[in-house]
Amino acid sequence: MKYSKSLAILSLATAILIFGWSGPDADAQEVGTSIATLRGAATLDRTNAAPRIPQTEETDRRRPRNYPEQPPTIPHKIDGYQLDKNGNQCLSCHARTRVAESGAPMISVTHFMDREGQVLATVSPRRYFCNQCHVVQASVPDNLKNTFVDIDSLLAVEKSR
Amino acid sequence: MSKLKAFLARFWQILSRPATHISLGALTISGFVAGVIFWGGFNTALELTNTETFCISCHEMRDNVYQELKTTVHFTNHAGVRATCPDCHVPHNWTDKIARKMQASKEVWGTIFGTINTRDKFLDKRLELAKHEWSRLKSNDSLECRNCHSAESMDFSVQGPRAAEAHSTFLVSGQKTCIDCHKGIAHELPNMAGVEGWN
Repeated sequence: MKYSKSLAILSLATAILIFGWSGPDADAQEVGTSIATLRGAATLDRTNAAPRIPQTEETDRRRPRNYPEQPPTIPHKIDGYQLDKNGNQCLSCHARTRVAESGAPMISVTHFMDREGQVLATVSPRRYFCNQCHVVQASVPDNLKNTFVDIDSLLAVEKSR
Repeated sequence: MSKLKAFLARFWQILSRPATHISLGALTISGFVAGVIFWGGFNTALELTNTETFCISCHEMRDNVYQELKTTVHFTNHAGVRATCPDCHVPHNWTDKIARKMQASKEVWGTIFGTINTRDKFLDKRLELAKHEWSRLKSNDSLECRNCHSAESMDFSVQGPRAAEAHSTFLVSGQKTCIDCHKGIAHELPNMAGVEGWN
């Protein structure tokens, strides 16, 4: 009898401990769901089915930049391109010495500058890994709504005011 | 010495005289059967050494080049057609195949004496090894590529604009051959500094 009484108290204490925290917990969950849009509705112990790997766009036409400093996107597939200390397959077309034959745009002169702005004879090591900035594109539904406004549209709006 | 001479003389005597006990028919038929067995055995052995299983029975191939091949389009792709080692590295034509097999005896030497028996040794040798393959494909106009990929059967309209342009101008005119542009498609590249087209 005494034993079961202490057991009851213990379980009550445990219940309070758990449900007493349920207030802040619920808040956290609220925040959690609002952040977890990319993840979807799956619970923690479940894994979503992986989305299909989208087809990389291969138009070979330059895309306009959204702002002047934007690294141009890559308008073609780069699957299997080797890009390591042994070789840079991007440069086999986009290097200064290669563009005449390949017809590809040459990497800009900023890629020859070190971080002091000193122009080097060849591609600066910090600019060697192309896909740190330049990426391929694919047509996929937006996971998050993007509110980006082009500067020209912004100025046009300003002007019309 | 004289004993050996006597033995050789006797051997020659037997060989040069007509058979006294066996009929010409038996000799012909047994010669034919032996020929079939020898030729069949030779070709079977040849084909057996011309498989990927045989290639990757050496750890040099299994741990280096085969692992790299596995990540490429020549191993897995949408159509499920794949190239095995001999498809690209052994000529399909018989005489060329035998010539390549004789060259490959150097590789047997290499594996016995451990020329590239560690990853580091392999990486040090990679440029040399790659250059051998590039020059082979360059000199035979990328024959092993063309065993599957034919320029005549290429539909430029379904290729990317870039690929269509390059193929229709450089490949069809014969100015360039596959390996000129498509280096490192099945294995990782060595250090390409100084290689033509890579600078």
